[in-house]
Amino acid sequence: MSVKEPPSAPTALQEFVTNLKAAPRRIAETAVRSGTPDTDRTRSTFIFGNVFLHLHAVRTHRWTLRWAATLGLGIASVAAFLLTLITGVLLMFYYKPYTDVAYQSIKDIHFVVPTGRLIRNIHRWAANVMVVTVILHMARAFYTAAYRKPREFNWLIGMGLLVVTLGLSFTGYLLPWDQLAYWAITIGANIAQSPREVTDALGLTDVFDPGGLQKLLLLGSDAVGAEALIRFYLLHVMILPLALAALLSVHFWRVRKDGGLAKPADVDQRLGTPTVPTYPVFTMAPNKTYQLAAIVRGRTPAVGRGPENTVPSMPHLFYAELGVFMLTVLVCVALSVWSDAPLKELANPLVPENPAKAPWYFLGLQELVAFSAFAGGIVVPSIVLIGLGLIPYLDRSDVGTGLWCGGPGGWPLVRRSIAVGLGIALAVEAFIIRFGWLREWIPGIPQLVITVVNPGTVITLLYGAWSVWMVRRFSSARAGALALFTCFLCGFVVLTIIGTYFRGPNWGFYWSPADWPKH
Amino acid sequence: MTHEPNAIPSRLDPERVPRRDLLGLTALWTAAGTLFFSVVGMMRIPKAAVLSSPSKKFRVALPDTLAPGVAYVPPGRSVALFKDEKGVHAISTICTHLGCIVRPETAGFECPCHGSRYDAAGVVTKGPAPKSLPWLKVVNAGGQFTVDEGATVPPGTKVSA
Repeated sequence: MSVKEPPSAPTALQEFVTNLKAAPRRIAETAVRSGTPDTDRTRSTFIFGNVFLHLHAVRTHRWTLRWAATLGLGIASVAAFLLTLITGVLLMFYYKPYTDVAYQSIKDIHFVVPTGRLIRNIHRWAANVMVVTVILHMARAFYTAAYRKPREFNWLIGMGLLVVTLGLSFTGYLLPWDQLAYWAITIGANIAQSPREVTDALGLTDVFDPGGLQKLLLLGSDAVGAEALIRFYLLHVMILPLALAALLSVHFWRVRKDGGLAKPADVDQRLGTPTVPTYPVFTMAPNKTYQLAAIVRGRTPAVGRGPENTVPSMPHLFYAELGVFMLTVLVCVALSVWSDAPLKELANPLVPENPAKAPWYFLGLQELVAFSAFAGGIVVPSIVLIGLGLIPYLDRSDVGTGLWCGGPGGWPLVRRSIAVGLGIALAVEAFIIRFGWLREWIPGIPQLVITVVNPGTVITLLYGAWSVWMVRRFSSARAGALALFTCFLCGFVVLTIIGTYFRGPNWGFYWSPADWPKH
Repeated sequence: MTHEPNAIPSRLDPERVPRRDLLGLTALWTAAGTLFFSVVGMMRIPKAAVLSSPSKKFRVALPDTLAPGVAYVPPGRSVALFKDEKGVHAISTICTHLGCIVRPETAGFECPCHGSRYDAAGVVTKGPAPKSLPWLKVVNAGGQFTVDEGATVPPGTKVSA
């Protein structure tokens, strides 16, 4: 007669098996610590419990989530950057930065490596998309007056990102070592050397030669060659991406610390009553307090008012970001399937391309450089960059922050500035195409005169005059900034289009490439 | 802020003895100085002391049939050589604007990049070029000529053939 014994404690072996079976589930649980994000609390922990997501605020303002607030341009830029990063690493498997094999390795990537052509195309298209979205993102921040206090410094960081983005694109241009690359970089390096235009005229070059130094640092030699290729490669795959990553981190962090996106002061009235039930703020608040320092600074989104007009970032913000991301990927891949990245003949230092054109976003500058390398390639861009950087420190008002074309003047001023900007650029271009410039009229004219008086400086001066007039008319720095920014954007578009589509051999004007002379 | 001789210093008062400041400031300025000079030193690396470009001097034999006013461009060089009754001279074909290679045309040179034009003596006649094309040093080496792309001579200098 046996009595059934009470169930004994599991043996060590049984416990081991149970734990082994549970291991996958536990790994998943410990990796994502908060569980399924289905309540407001778990949606919060989903974000701040994850190192990759915690840069986001737990809740996002409804104003920020409207398409018209940002058009998703910042996220699109990041998406394009990630695409170039991934495809760039893949290209590095085969690319060789030496003058005797670089061209051949690109050819291999294009014609031999499996999917190599698609990867290269995506890399090239994503780089172009990134340049476009970065410029448009800057325009969005400008037109919604988002650069104002407390976001002044982030505007400067953004300008740094623009410069690094253009630098990445420019350095990548040399790597295929074809004719396009060689002559674009030769022109670029000589623009870097163009301060000599002034030092030569003043007879200073022997003692003070910043232009020569810039070219020497860029090329490591006096012509584009092996040294230049390895330098551009180093800049392209290491130095500039690291700089971009560092600036990008600061940029994101500041967006968060400066209180999210810029919003109008009366944002709650503008949005009206939330359609979803309001959030029970103080009973089920996420189990995280804002840092004391942040509260003292008074810049976090929820300080000083209830988060009634906010929604959980998971899912609302993340799904929007994911949507923009996927759209950017779709655009880049579609463009890559539709059009191949160019690859011309092997670089030949003795025969320049005719016409030799820089990347498209520099063709506006090349249009100006066709009169004075120093004025068009260095002075005007420097004026534009310094002017852009000063905007947040000159416009100190807070009228119209967060609204498109906000501030004195508004949309009517922007509309008129578009007309003025396009008009001046087209008129000056039409004039020089029809009548030429100083040297055609006075053959012996000193170069220094042309360096000071040329289409680039004339356009800049006229834009500046229009802007000053608007400052006085509206007695507002914002009105002047709206006028000037709009004008320069229009000038950039006009010059870029003329440089891209209407310039042919010897930089002559042609209505169509079909009219180019045969040679 | 004044201090009573025997007052117990409050924690909020500034520290009266700056000895720690000395150590702290020494550390700070040493670090700042080291950073500055190491950055300057690192900047020195990319400024090449010796250029890797091939020798700028080369020797060339002019074809006997070279007519006056017609350019002879030695293969692989950006130099145009001319021969007339007064002698031989060499003009650089690197555009002074942005470094493209100019084409010798009848009675001058033309740049394909931005439309600069030069006359037969290399003087700018049109376009954005800021300077004339330099004349290069030529030495008669007994039937052949040595051209130095790194040395310029005043325009008009010719070497007897």
